[in-house]
Amino acid sequence: MPRGSRRLGDTGGTRSKWASEMDLHIAGISHRYGDLQVLSDIDLKIPESQIVCIIGPSGCGKSTLLRFIGGLERPERGNVLQIGEAPRGSLNPLTYIFQDFALLPWRTVQDNVSLVLEDHRLGARERSAIVDDVLRRTKLSEFKGAFPRQLSGGMKQRVAIARALAVSPACLLMDEPLSALDSQTRELLLDDLLELWERERFTACYVTHNLAEAVRLGHRIVVLSRRPGRIRDVIEIDIPLAERVRHQAKLQEQQQQLWNLMREEALAADQELTDA
Amino acid sequence: MPEAGSPGGKPVAFRGGGFAPRPVGFVGPIVFVAVILLWEAGSRTGYISAIVLPAPSQAAIAFWELVTSGLLFKHLSASLYRLIIGWTLGMALGLAVGFAAGLFSLARAGLVPLVSALFPIPKIALLPLFIIWFGIGEESKVATILFGTFFPTVISTYGGVDNVDRGLVRMGQSFGMSWWSIVRKIILPGAMPAILSGARISASIAIILLVAAEMIGAEHGVGAYVLMAGNLMATDQLIAGVAILSCLGLTVGWLIGRAEKILLRWRG
Repeated sequence: MPRGSRRLGDTGGTRSKWASEMDLHIAGISHRYGDLQVLSDIDLKIPESQIVCIIGPSGCGKSTLLRFIGGLERPERGNVLQIGEAPRGSLNPLTYIFQDFALLPWRTVQDNVSLVLEDHRLGARERSAIVDDVLRRTKLSEFKGAFPRQLSGGMKQRVAIARALAVSPACLLMDEPLSALDSQTRELLLDDLLELWERERFTACYVTHNLAEAVRLGHRIVVLSRRPGRIRDVIEIDIPLAERVRHQAKLQEQQQQLWNLMREEALAADQELTDA
Repeated sequence: MPEAGSPGGKPVAFRGGGFAPRPVGFVGPIVFVAVILLWEAGSRTGYISAIVLPAPSQAAIAFWELVTSGLLFKHLSASLYRLIIGWTLGMALGLAVGFAAGLFSLARAGLVPLVSALFPIPKIALLPLFIIWFGIGEESKVATILFGTFFPTVISTYGGVDNVDRGLVRMGQSFGMSWWSIVRKIILPGAMPAILSGARISASIAIILLVAAEMIGAEHGVGAYVLMAGNLMATDQLIAGVAILSCLGLTVGWLIGRAEKILLRWRG
């Protein structure tokens, strides 16, 4: 089994096991719920080892788009193409991290992680080795016996991240993963994600409405318009993630530019009646 | 008196608190004992006539006769047998049908109206039919309890399945869990609180129906004992029998409480 050796070989070097040769191509997706057009002609590439942030005013269909990418929902038109193969050891190539964590309240931390491995053909020992490994990598080892209700929001999301890492995804699909957290915890988890990316160079599609998160994490930022969601602009930020802390002014400028793009849309979206 | 630093102020009136009943363990038993003592005193002084209501001590004597004659064991074991078999089968069938209605559109569309139509029928009214279908042996007694517990179990089970957080189900799907795994590891535990509170209700219904079931030519059984006492106007025995049923209910409630403590430990 190549899986075991891949895991144990992780030493935090560049181009680690995450480096698959798998890109995602979102090809001409349009969708409507009943009479309501939510997405229109979305065409987008998520290249390997990059974080693509999708931002847009509320109700623009960003979360819907993410559900299409992971195959949880079917678009009316267009499709999501996987270019290249997921790495051989990947148990679940497209793996979500949810805003509300989606932990089972009746399972402890380690059993929540183990849950997603139980349907795969792994020996009990291999499974617990993976669980221990990801809990160690997310600094959760001492909480493995705790129930979700005993954990803070930030810790719950760390458990969800550990659970996602356990299945060695080729691409992480993150749906506002920090939005349910208070601003200080959000800052801490943002640092964790950056550190994780430096170590593992994962591919991710990161949906958020928080511009600061987008400019800190995104190699590429896709701005969606308000409903029906269209791609308004794609912004590339070429400062390496690790160096962004030192370029606050530049980031601030990028963020301001994004805000200018979005301001009017956000205002209009705010004044719409929601019925979706 | 105005202090230094708070010139001429008055404290803001407290208006919070309340609306949070705390458990006060010793009150329940005290109320029990007080009611029984009052009742006994009423009977002794002749305020409560023995024809209207026998004294608790009379009922205790009747109960003691049951114990010494060895009949208590016979009555209890006959009743427990019917209760356990009827309730277990009713729960099992109810869980199966409840899950089917909770998971499959067709089963829901077909079964839920049927359950709603049959649930309110008093099972006592169907006793003659049960006798025709199942005879006057144990089968018809068990069937009465089975039917009585089946319907509330179906309703609480499919309500519980409905209330499982769909976000968790989606999470399971997004990790490629199989349908069966999702049912077993996400839906079943998620529906467990509702299933257990349904079990509490169906267990009480089973005890209520025990008397009805034992109307069908039962020689032994707590229900049969109560009925017999009623027919003979032996009110002391009647009270003793009713007290046994009440204790049975308390015991079952306590057992389900234990099960909740263990199975729902995660709720804290």
